[in-house]
Amino acid sequence: MLAAAALLLQLLLLGAAGAGRPPAGRDALREELLLSPLPAGGLAATFQFRTRWDSAPQRGAVSHYRLFPKALGQLVSAQGVRELHLALTQGFWRTRAWGQPPLQAPAGAELWVWFQDTVADVDKAWKELSNILSGIFCASLNFIDSTNTVTPTASFKPLGLANGTDHHLLRYAVLPREIVCTENLTPWKKLLPCGSKAGLAVLLKAERLFHSSYHSQAVHIRPICRDASCLAISWELRQTLTVVFETFSSGQGKKDWSLFKMFSRTLTEACPLASQSKIYVDISAKDKEKELLEVTPSPASVHEAIVQGEKRTYAVYDLLSPSLFNTSRSLNVQLKWKRPQDSSELSTPVLHAQRYVSGYGLQTGEISTLIYNTHPYRAFPVILLETVPWYLRLYVHTLTIITKGKENKPSYIHYQPAQDRRRPHLLEMLIQLPANSVTKITIQFERALLKWTEYTPDPNHGFYVSPSVLSALVPSVVAMKEVDMEQSPLFTSLFPSSDGSSYFVRLYTEPLLVNLPTPDFSMPYNVICLTCTVVAVCYGSFYNLLTRTFHVEEPSRGGLAKRLANIIRKFRGVPPL
Amino acid sequence: MAAPLVLVILVAVTVRAVLYRSSLAAFISERVEVASPLNAWKRVVEGLALLDLGVSPYSGAIFHETPLIIYLFHFLIEYAELVFMITDVLTAIALYLAIQDFNKVVFKKQKLLIELDKYAPDVAELIRTPMEMHYIPLKVALFYLLNPYTVMSCVAKSTCTINNTVIAFFILATIKGSAFLSAVFLALATYQSLYPLTLFAPALLYLLQRQFIPVKLKSKSFWLYTMQYAALYLCSLVVIICLSFFLLNSWDFIPSVYGFILSVPDLTPNIGLFWYFFAEMFEHFSLFFVCVFQINVFFYTIPLAVKLKEHPVFFMFIQIAIISIFKSYPTVGDIALYMAFLPVWSHLYRFLRNIFILSCVLIVCSLLFPVLWHLWIYAGSANSNFYYAITLTFNIGQILLISDYFYAFLRREYYLTHGLYLTRQDGTEAMLVLK
Repeated sequence: MLAAAALLLQLLLLGAAGAGRPPAGRDALREELLLSPLPAGGLAATFQFRTRWDSAPQRGAVSHYRLFPKALGQLVSAQGVRELHLALTQGFWRTRAWGQPPLQAPAGAELWVWFQDTVADVDKAWKELSNILSGIFCASLNFIDSTNTVTPTASFKPLGLANGTDHHLLRYAVLPREIVCTENLTPWKKLLPCGSKAGLAVLLKAERLFHSSYHSQAVHIRPICRDASCLAISWELRQTLTVVFETFSSGQGKKDWSLFKMFSRTLTEACPLASQSKIYVDISAKDKEKELLEVTPSPASVHEAIVQGEKRTYAVYDLLSPSLFNTSRSLNVQLKWKRPQDSSELSTPVLHAQRYVSGYGLQTGEISTLIYNTHPYRAFPVILLETVPWYLRLYVHTLTIITKGKENKPSYIHYQPAQDRRRPHLLEMLIQLPANSVTKITIQFERALLKWTEYTPDPNHGFYVSPSVLSALVPSVVAMKEVDMEQSPLFTSLFPSSDGSSYFVRLYTEPLLVNLPTPDFSMPYNVICLTCTVVAVCYGSFYNLLTRTFHVEEPSRGGLAKRLANIIRKFRGVPPL
Repeated sequence: MAAPLVLVILVAVTVRAVLYRSSLAAFISERVEVASPLNAWKRVVEGLALLDLGVSPYSGAIFHETPLIIYLFHFLIEYAELVFMITDVLTAIALYLAIQDFNKVVFKKQKLLIELDKYAPDVAELIRTPMEMHYIPLKVALFYLLNPYTVMSCVAKSTCTINNTVIAFFILATIKGSAFLSAVFLALATYQSLYPLTLFAPALLYLLQRQFIPVKLKSKSFWLYTMQYAALYLCSLVVIICLSFFLLNSWDFIPSVYGFILSVPDLTPNIGLFWYFFAEMFEHFSLFFVCVFQINVFFYTIPLAVKLKEHPVFFMFIQIAIISIFKSYPTVGDIALYMAFLPVWSHLYRFLRNIFILSCVLIVCSLLFPVLWHLWIYAGSANSNFYYAITLTFNIGQILLISDYFYAFLRREYYLTHGLYLTRQDGTEAMLVLK
């Protein structure tokens, strides 16, 4: 008895000791804020919080969580996820007015996941994953099912470490109808190690963030190399939030920006758990002599990098350096425009696209996509991924691609037709875009009549078609050096580029709103009764003709009615019938 | 007789050719009354385009044609208009020859019954003469070729015309008495659209009649012939289905074609009763009502076979009409087929009770279909109930037309055996009632 108790105690101690020492777990947090003024006078602020966790979560084993959020760590290990990308966006990034986006996301909710090859039933894991994420982020991701999930074959490659890309392990879904609000921001902020109490996340206040032209928050989880030799794997959790403030939305005419004006807060300290906390302000000028922006307080250092094919200059504020908060207790970065912007300085992005639906009436329609390549002399291919819901029946024989008046045949087409109520259309094409051209892609569709229970409560609002995805390696005007992932601001490191001459861009087009013919929702009983009446008319007529035979009619002595009538007539003194 | 037929064919081909070249062709192809998800030409082209892309046409929900159509149009897609005009002409010729033969059979039978004194003495005006029956085959061909429904079906390149051709050949083979060809064409027709399965009964009855085998359940020769015919039919059906398997090396076409016809997942509006009914159906009862509506097509066969076993060709006419009205995706091309037979029963005209009202109903509804469709889909000022109402009225018109002809047929048979001028026991003129 005593021996057993001693054994139990020893086991408990060992267990505790084992738990006290995490299996080589080290994690690091880096937070960055990038402020880039937009050509049209607005300002884009992009927050990025990178948590790197040097451990491999094992399925079923208990892991020790410090900075990496437990909810996501358990999710990744339980569902066998290799990569997860979730974005919740409100608004549309206007590429022509605002330039190339650092990392665009489609309007609504987008979720794409690479699963481990150990997962036996990917669809089941996908369904559970979307439901769990729906609970974590308070978003209606549980509406993701087989009718809006596709398996793209070429557009999405793993962004982290991967050995082998079996596309059956990839799932992609977009919910264009999803609305993003404070309810989604709060759980997102809770995943940050410092929450919204210290560091850059202090600026994330909902009443300012949602009073903007574009708001996109994303979560990216992927495996990365632990160091340059890449002998071990770490997990990286990247939380990004992009918000665009424009002059009209701020309500004031002047275009001078400051952190206080945008976020109604200033920064007082860096997150104590962060190993790096920096603010980058894009002060690149088209013309070296005439400076565009004046930044106060003056930056400690200036960093130059080539981002998205252009040379950019950034003013860097390091919140961890003790000299920053010497003069004042809070940091309020202010940007003043030194001179008004010329419209000649607005550079059109090399690749941009738009999409619209045309046609009239509720029977047919046509989806047209226009892709612009404004590079003066380089042609490059682009992969277009279209996901169209099943109730817009696409006719792939009407697909036409016209560039500069001539037909342009895609070198790769993958088309998976839709099955009613089971899966959507998937169209992936590799199209070569000649230099300085506009490519028009059109495809016709027919609108289906749905069952009355399949319409949303507001059926005349219309049905959304998810944005199409354009992925391309855009040739850059300036040669890019081998990028140092640790130093460069933001998103150049999310998309690895193999050579310095091109950079990867993923664009999304607008979601479309399409009306479908509706039945009359107030009439189910009436319709059932009337149709059954018509069938019964046939049945009755045929029954009579089949079961009865002709007879000569014999005069009847009179039915009851006639006899009653005769009795009344006798009383009246009128001759009987 | 050949010259007028050739003239009619020329006129019909000219009308179709003119319409093909006009702007009406595109408009007619889009009409939902003419093209249904089962037989629209757009979907045939889509299926062939999917095949070119390397995707099975049956992997999606667009293509619901049988593999033999893929076989046929893979090579003939350039000459599609010619193919459809030729099929229409072949249908008309087949019906012409079939009715010519049928008239001879009717006349022979009538002569036999007169000699056997089966007819009452005062029915001289009901007896049919060869003079009056001379132009009926031409009228049948005319009714089929120049019927606006057929013309629209052909101009829209709906594969319903091909279905009609197969059924017409089946009728020709049956009336000529060839059990083998009749079974083959019936198997082909069933393979194409499943519902002609019910035409097995009238064909069997006709062939038994031709072989002078009485239809008695205890008769051994009856069962022997039935088994033979059924075996021919089933074997040809199996052979055709296996040939279809070898086109794409998969059985995918069975759920795509027959599963689609039976389970009605596509609710595109058409002139039938199914679409709005299942658009407004409570999910819980959907399966039940699908079964009820499908059984409704098949279950008139046995009672009609019992009642009309002496008149199998009339039975065939009624059966084709019931299929056209109650099938899951009817189009006007199906209606054109049974309407082509109306001249064969033109001697029943004096006994039809409501023919004027019914023809008015059918004409007005046919004219209102495109109007109310436009108002619902394009103008937005009406809703789906308007189109649905016209669908109901049109189907009631058709049902009452068929039952009117059935009534007239039965009444004439009664008069033939009981005399035309019936008197009651007290000498006054009698009224006939169905009791």
